[in-house]
Amino acid sequence: MDPDPIYLDNSATTPLAGEVIASMEPYFSDEYGNASSLHRFGRRAHAAIEEARASLAETIGVEPSEIVFTSGATEADNLAIKGLAFAHPEKRHIVTSRIEHHAVLHACRWLEERGYEVTYLDVDRAGRVEPEAVKEAIRDDTLLVSIMAGNNEIGTIEPIGEIGEICKERGVPFHTDAGQAYGKVDIPAGSVDLLSVSAHKLNGPKGVGFLYVRKGIRLSPLLSGGGHERGLRSGTENVPGIVGLAAAARLAFSERETVVPRLRGFRERLIEGVMRIPGVRLNGDRKESLPHIVNFSFAGIEGESLVMRLDERGIAASTGSACSSPNLEPSHVLVAIRVPLSMAHGSLRISTGRQTTEEEVDRFLEVIPSVVEELRAISPFKVEG
Amino acid sequence: MMYTEKVIEHFRNPRNMGKLEGYSAVGKVGNIVCGDVMWLYIKVEEDAEGREVISDISWETFGCTAAIATSSMVSELAKGKTLPEAIAITNQDVASELGGLPPVKMHCSALAADALNEAIYEYLKGHGREIPPVLKRRHERLEAEMKKLEERYRAFLEEAGS
Ligand SMILES: Cc1ncc(COP(=O)(O)O)c(C=O)c1O
Ligand code: FES
Repeated sequence: MDPDPIYLDNSATTPLAGEVIASMEPYFSDEYGNASSLHRFGRRAHAAIEEARASLAETIGVEPSEIVFTSGATEADNLAIKGLAFAHPEKRHIVTSRIEHHAVLHACRWLEERGYEVTYLDVDRAGRVEPEAVKEAIRDDTLLVSIMAGNNEIGTIEPIGEIGEICKERGVPFHTDAGQAYGKVDIPAGSVDLLSVSAHKLNGPKGVGFLYVRKGIRLSPLLSGGGHERGLRSGTENVPGIVGLAAAARLAFSERETVVPRLRGFRERLIEGVMRIPGVRLNGDRKESLPHIVNFSFAGIEGESLVMRLDERGIAASTGSACSSPNLEPSHVLVAIRVPLSMAHGSLRISTGRQTTEEEVDRFLEVIPSVVEELRAISPFKVEG
Repeated sequence: MMYTEKVIEHFRNPRNMGKLEGYSAVGKVGNIVCGDVMWLYIKVEEDAEGREVISDISWETFGCTAAIATSSMVSELAKGKTLPEAIAITNQDVASELGGLPPVKMHCSALAADALNEAIYEYLKGHGREIPPVLKRRHERLEAEMKKLEERYRAFLEEAGS
């Protein structure tokens, strides 16, 4: 293996930023108080959490009291969907899309198994949800519309602003999973009622995130207990995690104007370089995309072996191929954007981060043609050059 | 997903890969579980005692790490074997020679054993020979699966022009 592995899987998770580690350190040692305690230890922990809450609220222009800390985006999605369902038992219909993260899809399916009706909206070939389709799907008993802000596999950005306006007109709460989009693209929080964020996609720690809950939206908690987070999420707060999440968000928003254009540049460079290889397709939209995610399919080869071959050359990436998934089915996102099954088999997701360098991108572009060629040489499907 | 060292080693340095020049028969199989495809080429010759042996073997595989490693392993196991010996090679043999496979990947080793059987079936059929019932039954199942896969890959096969 190469001495310096190259990490191009930042949509799976990201390395902690130095500033984030530094911000968390005191809360692993001296500042160990429980934020619910009356004494000074407790008060200091409480203050740290409230400071974090305020700075996170500021990043999306909402009130601190509208931020609920969770264990990550999965929990935030579940709290938004099931929490709203439990609080409004008379509403039995949900609108979502076919390309949502499993945290949303499986929460919806869980409700479906309990008698709810779910409309899974189709997307176009780039992965975009049509706002008009949302409008048509909404019914009198619609509980919620949940459409992600940016897709974690192909990067496509959804028209959240437009969808939010439609929901507002119809008086239906709108949730968006911003697990990948937060800190990368503008999120019109004014058009959204519920929004999920995860710290570890943002150079923050794993196991922490938040749900923005617009004032006036009523949720039932998923966890019963001591009544933390205004009763919405019981359990002693993960103080170092919450502090780290806020530090990561501050960092992401403060350097967004330099980092995002750089990642966009990498994305263009990757597309140009990879598309020179014969038998390649770009999955997703070339323009309307998150800056850090790009997804390709290579004809004639299988994604898991591609990822393993790249790993041997020191490059970490991921795939949506059937062979790489526990149920041996290709990625639901690739299927939804109608990538032919054979091409879904050879998918590769590259995702960059703030620490990615141009040299790393170029190194990947140097390595990929030979890896593809090697695997094609042992494939029965020959691709014309 | 944990692969054994042996799997990784065969994946890294696959043996007998590519298309075989002057092969006697080819077994073409596909697996509808995930959509992998393997073509196995054999060359059959008589040895000094007049027994038919697999004197050379090679393969082409479209599949995961395990599929590539099992292709490589089955080719090693079958090389130099008589036909009855080769027919007796099971997917369990292939998997255990590799130090085991993750449960979800056992079907990849089945593909390798199937491809070998299918190549032998094609060889016997091509030479107008009697075909053992095991091979015949297996052939019928494999043929049905391959049809489904060709359906699935039709667009691709056209696109790729192969
Ligand atoms: C869009 C999206 N939503 C939700 C999640 C889940 O986040 P977490 O790992 O914080 O639960 C992820 C990451 O896996 C994601 O990319
Ligand atoms: S070839 Fe698909 S799982 Fe092995």
